[in-house]
Amino acid sequence: MSSADIYREIILDYYRNPRNYGKIDNPDISKRDSNPLCGDELEMHINLKDNKVSDVKFTGKGCAISQASASMLTELIMGKDFEYVKKLTKEEILENLGLPDLGPARIKCALLSLKVLKYGIYSYVAEKLNDAASADKIKEEASGLF
Amino acid sequence: MQTSTINIETIRRDFPILQRKVHNNKPLVYFDNAATTQKPIQVIDSIHNYYLNYNSNIHRAVHQLAEEATAAYELTRDKVAKFINAKNREELIFVRGTTEAINLIAYSWGRQNVQKDDIVVTTEYEHHSNIVPWQLLTKEKEAKLEYIGVDDNGELILDQLDDYLNTGRVKLVTFSHVSNVLGTITNAEEIIRQCHKKGVKVLVDAAQSVPHMKVDVQKLDCDFFAFSAHKMLGPTGVGVLWARKEILENMQPFNGGGDMIREVHKYETTWNDLPYKFEAGTPNIADVIGFSAALDYLENIGMDKVREHEIELTEYALEKMSAIKGIKLYGTSDMKKRGGVISFNLGDIHPHDLATIIDEDGVAIRSGHHCAQVLMERLDVSATSRASFYIYNTKEEVDVFIRSLNRARELFRI
Repeated sequence: MSSADIYREIILDYYRNPRNYGKIDNPDISKRDSNPLCGDELEMHINLKDNKVSDVKFTGKGCAISQASASMLTELIMGKDFEYVKKLTKEEILENLGLPDLGPARIKCALLSLKVLKYGIYSYVAEKLNDAASADKIKEEASGLF
Repeated sequence: MQTSTINIETIRRDFPILQRKVHNNKPLVYFDNAATTQKPIQVIDSIHNYYLNYNSNIHRAVHQLAEEATAAYELTRDKVAKFINAKNREELIFVRGTTEAINLIAYSWGRQNVQKDDIVVTTEYEHHSNIVPWQLLTKEKEAKLEYIGVDDNGELILDQLDDYLNTGRVKLVTFSHVSNVLGTITNAEEIIRQCHKKGVKVLVDAAQSVPHMKVDVQKLDCDFFAFSAHKMLGPTGVGVLWARKEILENMQPFNGGGDMIREVHKYETTWNDLPYKFEAGTPNIADVIGFSAALDYLENIGMDKVREHEIELTEYALEKMSAIKGIKLYGTSDMKKRGGVISFNLGDIHPHDLATIIDEDGVAIRSGHHCAQVLMERLDVSATSRASFYIYNTKEEVDVFIRSLNRARELFRI
């Protein structure tokens, strides 16, 4: 993908005016991760109600791709069924970003948000739902992202 | 093109990689030289020739190949001694790189000489390789690690050194000769003079200085000195540790194994002479021999000319860059105190986005924290972009870089 395709108006807008930026007090799900190669940081907080995402917020610093991806992800999952959120794939995230053919050097930036989300869900499922089998599956998906 | 100092066209012909194209036939503009430099054909041929014609282990066997390989390996040591004006060839130890050299000092000299409540002083503009080994050591010994700060001009605040030295607890002061991020040239002679007045040992991380300027270890008068071959036209996997002979003689070995011993018995071993005491196991023979060709190449050009060329390019680039709307340049503009490294940020473009955009135009720069997160914190940024030059770079390439930066600026509507 050429950078003119990557840095479209919508990506720059989400980078400069991130939606759902901030923190939640005592969230049900809380996860922070960073990409050691580039130093991008992301923290995601999620509240669940009636098995749906009732609130989601993120904070972080990094490149336009990582921050826009995180912000768009929060919009994508807001109000959605927890089952749907658990099953999100990297293809769906890239499609949602409008960057389906991102090269290997930058795909980690786009997928950091999904990685944080999946690790967050993993901890929640393992520790609060005590469902070791599904937790392990989610953890495997998270570590397989990049 | 030719600058006033060296004939770049002739030099560029020796670097086959500079002829390659990237991203839809764009000529490569390689500005990531502080990370690693490209290799001239002479270095590549030298390694090739070793494997083709006299590949053999060194020091032990008596056959002809071993003799030739040993001679070529040891000749490199002599050339390194001459290159940095070391008094004795025994003071030069081949290691994997600057990182290993610093770790060797920390493990061997550090363990013997740094005790509880002692102080090791480093600086805020160090590479992680000159911070983490000292954190490991000082934590193990319950000693303290202190930092000389960096001022807004990108220079060390040397008054802070006095305060540390006055405690009487400092055992070692260690610093980059040239900052890999800011390009600042440290006033090494002044620091060493102050430390030696108090009997404090000094380590100079010369990874970013030896490749770019004439450095004389005897004139510097430091105690430990380390640099890497791959940042000066040589192969990866070779570094040099220089230390004073009397210090090395009193140090315990770092690695135990073959070649570093005199006699091994069931429970006792005596050490080989310097420098072999610190070169356990089969070393990186091929690449040490390749490094020899790199040293010849730089000697032929002359390190004063290398430095002049970099000053000319850096001044040119700084002038053009400072005219770009929204740019923030880090470090001093005084070229007497600066090497060929330019760290910058452009508007709110994250360095990774910037590097992606200009890579499309064939321009290779570095983006990120440059293994200097302590400095990033001091500069209050998460990352910077960095362009760094070497002998084969031209003003025309700087022009391509500037055009590309402006394209990025337009793409981000700055």
